Amino acid sequence: MLEYNFVQDEDVDIILNDILESYGYDFTEYSKASIKRRINRLFTLDRFMSFAEFRYRLRSDPDYMHRFIEQVTVTVTEMFRDPQFYKVLREQVLPTLGTYPFIRIWHAGCSTGEEVYSMAILLKEANLYHKALLYATDLNHDVLEKARMGIFPLSQMKQYSENYIQSGGTKDFSEYYTANYDKAKFDEELSRKMIFSTHNLVSDRSFNEFQLILCRNVLIYFDKDLQVKVFNLFEQSLDNLGYLALGSKETIRFSSLTSRFKKLDNEKIWKKIA
Amino acid sequence: MEKDSLKGAIDLLLIAGSAGSLDVLLKVLPAIKSNLSFPIIIVLHRKASYDSSLINLFNTKATLPVVEAEEKDSLQNGKIYVAPSDYHLLVETNRSLSLDYSEKIQYSRPCIDVTFETAAEVYKTRIAAILLSGANSDGSAGLKSIKSYGGITAVQNPQYAEVSYMPQKAIQTAPIDYILNIEEIANFINKLSL
Repeated sequence: MLEYNFVQDEDVDIILNDILESYGYDFTEYSKASIKRRINRLFTLDRFMSFAEFRYRLRSDPDYMHRFIEQVTVTVTEMFRDPQFYKVLREQVLPTLGTYPFIRIWHAGCSTGEEVYSMAILLKEANLYHKALLYATDLNHDVLEKARMGIFPLSQMKQYSENYIQSGGTKDFSEYYTANYDKAKFDEELSRKMIFSTHNLVSDRSFNEFQLILCRNVLIYFDKDLQVKVFNLFEQSLDNLGYLALGSKETIRFSSLTSRFKKLDNEKIWKKIA
Repeated sequence: MEKDSLKGAIDLLLIAGSAGSLDVLLKVLPAIKSNLSFPIIIVLHRKASYDSSLINLFNTKATLPVVEAEEKDSLQNGKIYVAPSDYHLLVETNRSLSLDYSEKIQYSRPCIDVTFETAAEVYKTRIAAILLSGANSDGSAGLKSIKSYGGITAVQNPQYAEVSYMPQKAIQTAPIDYILNIEEIANFINKLSL
């Protein structure tokens, strides 16, 4: 809890400009309230005495910049979050993708990879894994290291297993991992077709064409202008009749995509139709 | 504070609570006048994934339209916005809403303090917040923040709250302007309106 706001709006702008200049990371089009809260959290956590000290440290210490990205970007994620969403993927999206000779999927802003492993399980169970490739990207390379390992807290497995069943999964979820102390290591067979790479949605270009792009709970941190840019990037990166999947509270309503995309059911999945 | 001075005093009202506050809201919402001059944001702790039924329930009772808050929504007078479960709800400087899926705070997402603190900073003196029944200390720091910017703070009378901990904790933590019984809450809200 923040007793005080050490870093004010103007200071946030100063810091974000410094970071852009010194490191090339552009957070200037992030939603202000959220990033300001995260910056203040970091300021308090690391016990800075003054804004000047915080600013100096950020500009002069690349390792600290590393920590900034790790702490200020939100990395919270879950396996099979919103089970109903995964059910629609299972029942409506994957059967269509299955008709293609090859399936390329992009998890944009994958964080520690829980959703990528969820998708791998869906593909396995639909017998499509052998012809799929899962590209998983994030701007934070520490989370990608974790994603690559496929090791998640064992304490989460009960929840994930419930989510999995609600998503229409019929197997014993524990078949997919090996428990060791407080960790669950997911079967390496699941990560065999995953490609992890850093990619910054703000500044990097389209790098392939996909049949399905998932970007869930990433756009909520972006302001409208940046959202529009990212939507355009996704449109360029999607095959005709490809699918775009967003988080449960995200929408394409403010973008130019609305006329060329058709929404599926009540879930946040859109199909590119033109 | 003079009772009359409440009229037109605010541009945003926050109502929040946890265990035992749903029943209070179901009593209060039908009694709010239908031409309210400001928007209301409701932040409730609850189990994830019952959102649409909660919004429907509110809509059958409330005099004002109730929607689940969506990111980038601009706040409109006379409309009630409910924080979606499992997201923090923040108020932006341009009086729009944003959502955040970061760690739980006070074991809660949505966290009441997050909404209160970000709203306080934007609305300063032109805001009121009411904290209802609950078993958690969330909301106390938020009320403190509202008060420090000169806003109006109120809690449900803990004596009659189903779970007294939350309003009691707030009384101990922050300067509270009004301690209200359930039947006084709607009247208090209506008096704040133009």
